[in-house]
Amino acid sequence: MARWGMVIDLDKCTACQACVIACQVENNVPFNKPEEAQKGRNIYWIKLVPLPEGRFPEAKMRFIPLPCMHCDEPPCVEVCPVDATNITPEGIVRQIFARCIGCRYCTTACPYTIRYFNWYPPDWPTPMEESRNPDVSVRPKGVVEKCTLCHHRLQKARAKAIAENRPLAPGEYTPACVESCPSKAMVFGDLDDPNTEVSQLARSPRAFRLLEDLGTKPKVIYLAEGERSATTTS
Amino acid sequence: MPQPLAETDFEPAEVQDEVLFRPIEKTTRRFYITVAILLSFTFLMLIAYITQLRRGLGVTGLTIPVYWGIYITNFVFFIGISHAGTLISAILRICHAEWRRSITRSAEVITVMVILFGAGSVIVDLGRPERALNVILHANFHSPLLWDVCSITVYFTGSMIYLYLPLIPDMALLRDRGRKHQWFYRLLALGWTGTEQQHRRLEKAIAVMAILVIPIAVSVHTVVSWVFAMTVQPMWHSTIFGPYFVVGAIFSGIAALLIAMAIIRSVYHLEEYLKEIHFRLLGQLLLVMALLWFYFTFAEHLTTFYGNSPDEMRILMSKLAGPYAPLFWAMIVCCFIIPVAILGVPRWRTVRGTVAASAFIVVGMWLERFIIVVPSLSQPRLMPSQGVYWPSWVEVFITLGFLSTFILFYVLFTKFFPIVSIWEVREGREKSLEEVHDRVRTYIPLPLKEE
Repeated sequence: MARWGMVIDLDKCTACQACVIACQVENNVPFNKPEEAQKGRNIYWIKLVPLPEGRFPEAKMRFIPLPCMHCDEPPCVEVCPVDATNITPEGIVRQIFARCIGCRYCTTACPYTIRYFNWYPPDWPTPMEESRNPDVSVRPKGVVEKCTLCHHRLQKARAKAIAENRPLAPGEYTPACVESCPSKAMVFGDLDDPNTEVSQLARSPRAFRLLEDLGTKPKVIYLAEGERSATTTS
Repeated sequence: MPQPLAETDFEPAEVQDEVLFRPIEKTTRRFYITVAILLSFTFLMLIAYITQLRRGLGVTGLTIPVYWGIYITNFVFFIGISHAGTLISAILRICHAEWRRSITRSAEVITVMVILFGAGSVIVDLGRPERALNVILHANFHSPLLWDVCSITVYFTGSMIYLYLPLIPDMALLRDRGRKHQWFYRLLALGWTGTEQQHRRLEKAIAVMAILVIPIAVSVHTVVSWVFAMTVQPMWHSTIFGPYFVVGAIFSGIAALLIAMAIIRSVYHLEEYLKEIHFRLLGQLLLVMALLWFYFTFAEHLTTFYGNSPDEMRILMSKLAGPYAPLFWAMIVCCFIIPVAILGVPRWRTVRGTVAASAFIVVGMWLERFIIVVPSLSQPRLMPSQGVYWPSWVEVFITLGFLSTFILFYVLFTKFFPIVSIWEVREGREKSLEEVHDRVRTYIPLPLKEE
């Protein structure tokens, strides 16, 4: 069985945020009023996080695209009182919107702060409402949501493969963010298959995971900046 | 031999303890005014909650990353206050502390009433309260929140039984007086006639419950602390949170009990029943708890400070010298400096002194809960910006409404049930003097000097 994961090469990432936009469109992530955005209540299933590092003169600003880490040991799943978030056999941490009671225990337990709450009913400007993705359910107010690794795409691809009586081909299932990345910084696939690009990159000496010491075992793996940055600065 | 009790100058039995029946049988105008004031806050709370239900939790001051605010603070606080009753009353009963007789009832009622509001605080905090029963349908026993659901349910049931058992003989007393709502008291008295056998059974049942509720009460606040401690968030993930929360709970509980007792005493003229000595003894207990609370607080923060882990230090510094510093230091002043200054002086351990200390402690312990819940959330590891949390009017009204409705329930209880256990006071008068005398004889090597 596949163990879906993602590699994000920070050398290739230009911080253009195409992934953020692609995700918002794909997953019906609602817009927010400016005053709500000011309060920091925007929902991003993937967002670009600026991480300032060090002090002058060694000061550095890093940008990290931050989707759900889909941890193998997810702290959110452990604490959900109603099992509204759980991990599939293929390692996707999913959210059952119709069951969530909105206690926000998972949002406080997640050390990556990538879980979002629907403070109000979702709202789109009038023409935009028409262009919502029919494959993804719209979340009501009062529930928690987050990146599902475009789980609906997996279901669709698998249904197609079953109909055509063949196994799921590599590359057939790709989340919207990975698909949209112009600099091909994001790679997606089966981490358990040693021949996929994603698992080869995951074994690279540049590979690291966020907050690894917490023991959450994320399946989103980053490749540290170094090679290209070094060549461009020298 | 002790002086036979019959010879001490008590009033005849029929008019004895008349003052304890008075709140039930006579209702003054002051009572209606009090109820009206309390109800007006309840009404504001309803308006606030309906607003929140209709529009969503966006009407609160909560944001990303501060997902939990004063609702969860209230939850921890109210559950803490509930330790006033059952635990203190059970411990005093088990120790045969004779001075407990007139205070146990008022303590036990606090527990039962306040648990409702503790549990209610969590319901109010839910984004989808109508799905709350999913905790039964889809229970995930890995979640500390579900442990809470279980232990609070058991605690509520246990405390309810523990409140009800000692009420039975009093219900029979009220039934036999036959003045008001006789059918109601007949129902609750369960056919109590006061025979020897009934007394023996009741005493046994109370003794069993008194022992049972102690571990339950300890488990409840331990589990409440584990909601926080079982996550990996900085300054939540602490091994001493269980006992720390239990100590804080008993601490704030005694303070709440002292305030309730002082109000009952002055409103219902129960100076003969709730005497200075009760306040002095509870005041001593409060002083011990204040020192114990400070010990835990000190140990917790010093360990974090020396650990010097960057994630934890950021939170710690935001408490000690950052945006939460005013609240943190107010907490230290309210929970430790003022109470110890007042209670440490024996001369000041009066009704007024203990109540003043208690008022500061109740405020301080609310701040303590806030200081535990919010700062840890405000600076997550992967967010350079910090969340600013300030409760909205909805949250403030709901909090005030919870407090006033709790007081309202308490006030209504005193209108239907005697707030001082009448039969236990009488039993104290009739039996326990000899019992204590006999008990002391068993402690001390014979021969005792007999007159």
